[in-house]
Amino acid sequence: MNGMAQPDNASYYATYTTVLTVILVGVAFAAAAFGANRLLRPTRPTREKLLTYESGVDPVGEGWAQTHVRYYVFAYLYVVFAVDAIYLFPWATVFAAPGFGWVTLVEMFVFLGFIAVGLLYAWRKGVLTWT
Amino acid sequence: MSTVRVLFVLLGAVAVGSALLVVTTRQIVHAALWLVVTLGALAGCFLLLTAEFVAWVQVLIYVGAVVVLLLFALMLTRAPTRPDPAARTPNAWFAAVVAAAVAGVLVTTLVAGFSGAVIDLDRAEIGGARVTGGAVFSTWVLPFEVLSVLLLAALVGAIVLSRRDVPNRPRDAEAARDTEPARDADDRERSSS
Repeated sequence: MNGMAQPDNASYYATYTTVLTVILVGVAFAAAAFGANRLLRPTRPTREKLLTYESGVDPVGEGWAQTHVRYYVFAYLYVVFAVDAIYLFPWATVFAAPGFGWVTLVEMFVFLGFIAVGLLYAWRKGVLTWT
Repeated sequence: MSTVRVLFVLLGAVAVGSALLVVTTRQIVHAALWLVVTLGALAGCFLLLTAEFVAWVQVLIYVGAVVVLLLFALMLTRAPTRPDPAARTPNAWFAAVVAAAVAGVLVTTLVAGFSGAVIDLDRAEIGGARVTGGAVFSTWVLPFEVLSVLLLAALVGAIVLSRRDVPNRPRDAEAARDTEPARDADDRERSSS
């Protein structure tokens, strides 16, 4: 492990207090804007005004729809590469550190190789071509 | 550090409450969205326990990718995505028993393994990318490589299940005609009914 235990984690929590403050200010800003909008605007709803806007045409049917199963592969490819990418961050911070070196480099390329086989399979099966 | 403790308890309560809503809500899409709240609250808990990297992985992978996958899966099923009284199944009690049993096993494992463990948050090492990388690439290399095989297997499985050049079910042929899911509203209604 790199680095010994920190004597005090106050700076860690202070950093995330800033993050929390930014999030709270953002939520408050949106809430204030929409709240002021609601208070100031005139409200005269009619049936037509309350319809969902769909390019100027009255909507037909329901919003819920079944999609084609092939889109699932795109969602799944996204998950695979998200998991893949997330391991690159810890790897990038340590592979040049003393005690890691070439072995760690090879380990990551074995990992990427397995993923690449999956991508090759997807490509050969024509999943990646847009039809 | 009492602020950390209070926030941890609050986030834990949010996680448990939204998890209950996940399993009790009638609208199956709302269940997936409540899952976002649950996983986000868990990420906050990780962050408070100084597991910084794990917390952001939770946000990126679980909130970002896994929930999207779940929503895609919901949109593919014939199960109605609109509220449905039939979503209440008579097997609910059996599911509750299984859930309680799984929870029992998990709690027993945690208590047996970590009952005396205490994290001193003032002095704990911040679990950033460097610390996690050190652990993964020195001690846990084999699980890391096995994970790539798991991802490969799941990817190949997803492709095999969703291939459209083998219309072995009549439903596939019917769905294949509907090349663009949002082509027009009539098609949408027909395919959802």
